Amino acid sequence: MHINSFDRYEQRHSLVHHLDPRTKVVVTGLFIIANVLLPDGAWAAFAAAWGLVLLGGWLAQLPPGYLIKRSFIVLPFTLAAVTILFTLPGTAVVTFPLFSRTITISDTGLIRFASIVIRSWLSIQAAIWLTATTQFPDLMHALRHLRAPRLLIAIISFMYRYLFVLANEATRLLRAREARSAAPVGKNGGGSILWRAKVAGSMVGQLFIRSFERSERVYNAMLARGYRGQLLTMNPHVMKKRDWRVLVTAVTLIILVQIIGRL
Amino acid sequence: MPIIHPTDKKLLQTDNGAGPPTLRVQNLSFSYPDGFQALKNVSLTIAPREKAALVGPNGAGKSTLMLHLNGLLQGSGALEVAGLPVAKPHLPVIRGKVGMVFQNPDDQLFSPTVFDDVAFGPLHMGLPVDEIRERVARALAQVGMDGFEDRLSHHLSLGQKKRVSIATVLSMNPEILVLDEPSAGLDPRARRALINLLRDLPLTMLVSSHDMLMVQELFPRMIVMDEGEIVADGETAVLLQNNDLLEAHGLERPSLA
Repeated sequence: MHINSFDRYEQRHSLVHHLDPRTKVVVTGLFIIANVLLPDGAWAAFAAAWGLVLLGGWLAQLPPGYLIKRSFIVLPFTLAAVTILFTLPGTAVVTFPLFSRTITISDTGLIRFASIVIRSWLSIQAAIWLTATTQFPDLMHALRHLRAPRLLIAIISFMYRYLFVLANEATRLLRAREARSAAPVGKNGGGSILWRAKVAGSMVGQLFIRSFERSERVYNAMLARGYRGQLLTMNPHVMKKRDWRVLVTAVTLIILVQIIGRL
Repeated sequence: MPIIHPTDKKLLQTDNGAGPPTLRVQNLSFSYPDGFQALKNVSLTIAPREKAALVGPNGAGKSTLMLHLNGLLQGSGALEVAGLPVAKPHLPVIRGKVGMVFQNPDDQLFSPTVFDDVAFGPLHMGLPVDEIRERVARALAQVGMDGFEDRLSHHLSLGQKKRVSIATVLSMNPEILVLDEPSAGLDPRARRALINLLRDLPLTMLVSSHDMLMVQELFPRMIVMDEGEIVADGETAVLLQNNDLLEAHGLERPSLA
């Protein structure tokens, strides 16, 4: 496995790919903020916002369904909002008993929960669109231009840098375990659940120590070649006319969606 | 043809001939934070264009010494690269002068493409884009890997990775090449290609290795380390005749079958 297994960048020569990364970061950020500000149950506005996402994907020449396929990853996280279903007062839609108590799902709760799911789902699609059309060093570069805190940028850069290292080590550890997980003929191998848990626990510890040591070596290799705390990129960043045009159009469309949502 | 091009004035103030030694280490000692003393009073000097091998058992302090040469570790004692003391204000310049290649190419090659990796050094030295492109092309040509710019590092064979690793520091136009066990794990053909490459590079080199055959073939000078000390430093041909020395420090005289 390699860094590219995690790299969601899709090499294309589209209008979106050639935009200045700052434009894309700003548009994505505004889109997500506007999305969050949409009122509950503004279905038409949600649909319009989704239209914007699809438009962005089409302009970036991403394969159809690309954004949707990758966006499902966010759905488990929306479960955190599931309590809203039961706690908001409103007209009861469904009532059922649970552990000698009656649980009620209200209509306002249902609408708010659905809105939260849709908002997160749209926002993650915008973020996927951004990372699919912008190379990682450019993204960091843009954030730096936009005055994001340096420490934060460094943390994101390193997380990205070492993610593949971690996955790589994990694969190797698992393989080593598999190779020695033999069973006597005709019997089940392995010990008790407790013993297995212990093995898994020490593997996690091993994984941490190994990746830590490797990250140290990679960092040394970076220092040895002049790294001084900032990842640089050779791609020039200039806001061209095209960038301003796209920026103004995108902001107008986002405002339009807001208006639809509040009609 | 000299590899060191005097185009980059900021990085290069050497006069050919009677300049300072490429590397001067004096009474260098270093202990790791856990108290293990890895280097004891190490002194050595390497002249321009000299090719020296650093041999000794695992844990002798070879890698620790190498990490000092560009200030990644800092012990007590004096250290100079091309007349410039290895101290914090000079580190960015020193790191361009010392081309350090680590043993594991997967540590050395951390960028997605070969081009990105070879360009990393020049880019972080702040060179203009045109010069970076030129240097990348030249470095890859020097190691016989031209045309591999857009390849992904993880798709290369180990021998190719090693050669690209060397290109990643050649692109910085270093004064000295510091390699940590370059031939480890290579198959015979890749090893031969590497030896030919190192022989043809007209650069100062300090190379740690367990590959005594390569040492004998490539390096006129041999420095033997054991338990953090330099125990012998001299002509390879002479030291390899000294059976007592070799045996005392776990080395073997190379023999061709």
